[in-house]
Amino acid sequence: MNPVNYLYLAALLFTIGATGVVIRKNAIVVFMCVELMLNACNLSLVAFSRMHGNLDGQILAFFTMVVAAAEVVVGLAIIVSLFRARHSASVDDASLMKL
Amino acid sequence: MNANAVHTLWTSAAADPISKIPSPTIEYAQLAPVMIVIGAAVIGIVVEAFAPRRARYHIQLWLTVVALGAAFASVVALAVGGYATTKQTSVAMGALAVDGPALFLQGVILLSGVLAAFTFAERRLDRAHGKRVDSFVAQAGAVPGSEAEQAAVKAGFATTEVFPLMLFAVGGMIVFPAANDLLTLFIALEVFSLPLYLMCALARRRRLMSQESAVKYFLLGAFSSAFLLFGIALLYGYSGSVSYAVIADVVDGTLISNDPVLAQTMGNDALLLIGMALVLMGLLFKVGAVPFHMWTPDVYQGAPTPVTGFMAAATKVAAFGALLRLLYVVLPGMRWDWRPVMWGVAIATMVVGAIVAVTQTDVKRLLAYSSVAHAGFILAGVIAATPAGVSSVLFYLAAYSFVTIGAFAVVTLVRDAGGEATHLSKWAGLGRRSPLVAAVFAVFLLAFAGIPLTSGFSGKFAVFSAAAEGGAGALVIIGVLSSAVAAFFYVRVIVLMFFSEPRADGPTVTVPSPLTMSVIGVGVVVTVVLGVAPQYFLDLAGQASVFVR
Repeated sequence: MNPVNYLYLAALLFTIGATGVVIRKNAIVVFMCVELMLNACNLSLVAFSRMHGNLDGQILAFFTMVVAAAEVVVGLAIIVSLFRARHSASVDDASLMKL
Repeated sequence: MNANAVHTLWTSAAADPISKIPSPTIEYAQLAPVMIVIGAAVIGIVVEAFAPRRARYHIQLWLTVVALGAAFASVVALAVGGYATTKQTSVAMGALAVDGPALFLQGVILLSGVLAAFTFAERRLDRAHGKRVDSFVAQAGAVPGSEAEQAAVKAGFATTEVFPLMLFAVGGMIVFPAANDLLTLFIALEVFSLPLYLMCALARRRRLMSQESAVKYFLLGAFSSAFLLFGIALLYGYSGSVSYAVIADVVDGTLISNDPVLAQTMGNDALLLIGMALVLMGLLFKVGAVPFHMWTPDVYQGAPTPVTGFMAAATKVAAFGALLRLLYVVLPGMRWDWRPVMWGVAIATMVVGAIVAVTQTDVKRLLAYSSVAHAGFILAGVIAATPAGVSSVLFYLAAYSFVTIGAFAVVTLVRDAGGEATHLSKWAGLGRRSPLVAAVFAVFLLAFAGIPLTSGFSGKFAVFSAAAEGGAGALVIIGVLSSAVAAFFYVRVIVLMFFSEPRADGPTVTVPSPLTMSVIGVGVVVTVVLGVAPQYFLDLAGQASVFVR
């Protein structure tokens, strides 16, 4: 199968993730959409790696997975502490500071 | 490339004995600054795990300051050894550049790190249950206002983890401007961002606001780094490599590939243009340029003030370093494409930063919008695309970081019963109650405004003259006009402090320990010295303005 199709799929996933970040209100869902964007990046990196026949892209994808895991640790810690203080994980409710 | 050939890529290594895989060469001497900082951060984690609670604060403070000092000494040693000028090189298999701009900015980041560590350690400003405490929450896991929090405060817990967190952040920041391939760029960005997200959530007072700022910073930061990563993927797809040098060759058209797939992607400008735009977006977010500045005021206001000072100074230095290297090393061949876009971004940043700051009523938000405006001024120097552009940006960043840390250190001193009194109305008449503190803050504000005899003037003059020489005359005119608007609100704060009656319920100025005093003192001295006699430092930045490729 032509690897270019995977690039289209990656672009589609990335767009879905970015749209989700913009329109969803729950911080957890927003965060999951960011993870979807990172996975779309991984898919395109691996597809490019396959097209070019070198491993740089796959190595980058491994690093991205580690970064995504670290981001989950930090992000969930922050979101959970916000949720415990407010009993809400809505990003619209968090508006103590005026715009 | 056919499927069989690809397949051999990951099966041939298994067929060969492991000893045949060449081991990478690591230049430990040139990597010393990074290794010292990261190593000390790891030791700091071990200290948190094993040292008794009472001893941690002193151990962590000493460890942090000694590590940052040692890393600064090794940066100076490398620069004196000629790595900034004649012997510039790239190390660790081309992952990190050791050249003038990298060493200069690493030095600035490490010095701001030392000053920030002093403000982190300040324990004379606030009291809880009769004990002197720092600006950080007693126990981050305790829900604000709960009994668990009260118990933690009573027991005298302290979040000494901020010191290793800061060391990790500094470690990422000193790699960021030296990153010489896209993989290192991305990892360094995350290594310095993740600790910053956490540190934003650790304020002792106004914890809900602090947590809110951390959530906003985290979600938007993760969003922007996803864009950066997709841009990296596209640039990799375009050139078949993540190395800056190779991508630059492909952009210039000096590298021709015989591989049909690679030749096809190299001819695909859509990959290059979209990839470039997405990577720039990620970097401009960290810089805080309009339209990616929306997080700046909220995060600056909600984060603990010492963290805000650290973040405002060091993040900006690191991000501009990476931006410079990307535009000047990787994409100089594309400057007819990125210059118009950066023109627009710089103009929007200067104008929006200066105008919106006029309406602010909170000191920390005011300084946040002022930092947005300053990002615009620095971008004007970046756009010059000349060696003078690089050296002026380096000088401006050095001058700006000391002023910023000093200004936020002054903000921590003005307090009332609820903690720091950041609302501007409470600062009325401060000059009559505490002339010294108000005068020091006035010096910092004048430096922000770019009044002659302060470092702000030397920096702005250097940046604008570089931009004018680089053919961005209109940008300079807009820059000077928005500096005039910006000067209005800086002077308004000075007038408020010195020429209005103090309020009866106004805040008091707490006398800090020598830690914060030395931070403010260094800030004032650097501001005045760089303003009165900038030539030596301008020459230094000029010598350090050549990138390795």
